[in-house]
Amino acid sequence: MADATVPVSHEPTAEETHLRHHFANSAQQTDASTLGMWTFLITEVLFFGGMFMAYAIYRATFPDAFASTSEYMNVILGGTNTAVLICSSLTMVLAVRAAQLSSRKGLILFLILTMIFGTIFLVIKGFEYTDKWREHLVPGFNFHYAPAQFEHNAQILFFLYFCMTGMHAVHMIVGLGLLTFLIVQAQRRVFNANYFAPVEMIGLYWHFVDIVWIFLFPLLYLIGHRT
Amino acid sequence: MSAHVPIPTLRALVSVWAALIVLTGTTVGVSFLELGEWNVVVALLIALFKASLVAWVFMGIRHSNAMTRLFCVAGLVWLCIMMFITFSDYTTRGWTYQAQPWSHPKAGGSH
Repeated sequence: MADATVPVSHEPTAEETHLRHHFANSAQQTDASTLGMWTFLITEVLFFGGMFMAYAIYRATFPDAFASTSEYMNVILGGTNTAVLICSSLTMVLAVRAAQLSSRKGLILFLILTMIFGTIFLVIKGFEYTDKWREHLVPGFNFHYAPAQFEHNAQILFFLYFCMTGMHAVHMIVGLGLLTFLIVQAQRRVFNANYFAPVEMIGLYWHFVDIVWIFLFPLLYLIGHRT
Repeated sequence: MSAHVPIPTLRALVSVWAALIVLTGTTVGVSFLELGEWNVVVALLIALFKASLVAWVFMGIRHSNAMTRLFCVAGLVWLCIMMFITFSDYTTRGWTYQAQPWSHPKAGGSH
């Protein structure tokens, strides 16, 4: 029995080449990507959440030792890095906007700017790690702490500092790799106003990494009262 | 999100960026004030507000569908469950059993 309402399969048009065959249309495909990305981000929230949990317990247990470590944290570098990451989030969202406007040059420009900000962040982080090594604040390897009564408990904070900022930096490095991939794809004219989901999804990841730092900065650099 | 999401205005994106920069300055400024226990509360509230701004505008939650919003909130709920259960352990470890007037006489184990 012939049914006139059965849709006839057709060759995809130029605008539809990105559409996978198991999706009805572009909107459904993008919704599925978005939901999948958020699901991944939930696992990331809980991954970093475990470290924030450990931080909360030890800070509540040793408040004075944790407060004493703020003497050794470089707020100028930490604050600069916060601003650098916020700028990189702006350029990332501008890259998505450029893709929406079908501006290939704008997209590539903003992706490169995002990579530059991300690299500046990692370089500053590198200088901070070098300073920590010079000041004998790397737990386990060369730890020596001036207020001797806090030596053991302050070491916990520095252990958490290196774990949390280290895992954050690993995420930044992965992000830089993903941005490189996007720039190559953009060069090949893969993206246009109808298809830019990968830019958007990697943007979600990049903003999530920014959010992690937004919490890390006050919790690691601004514990003790400053005068 | 190709067709059904409006293109954000430059003005909206730059305003959010400016707000995030100002709030970063604020959180550093507040760390110089003597607020005792409230320092960490204020710092976390500012961080939470900044994170919400990023999620709402930059991550596009303001235009996303109900399912995506539900997933976003679910992540926070699970984080709260982890914090609640862990702290219910750590904060009560010092508590020891003491016989109360309404306890059964034999429950304490002593005669």
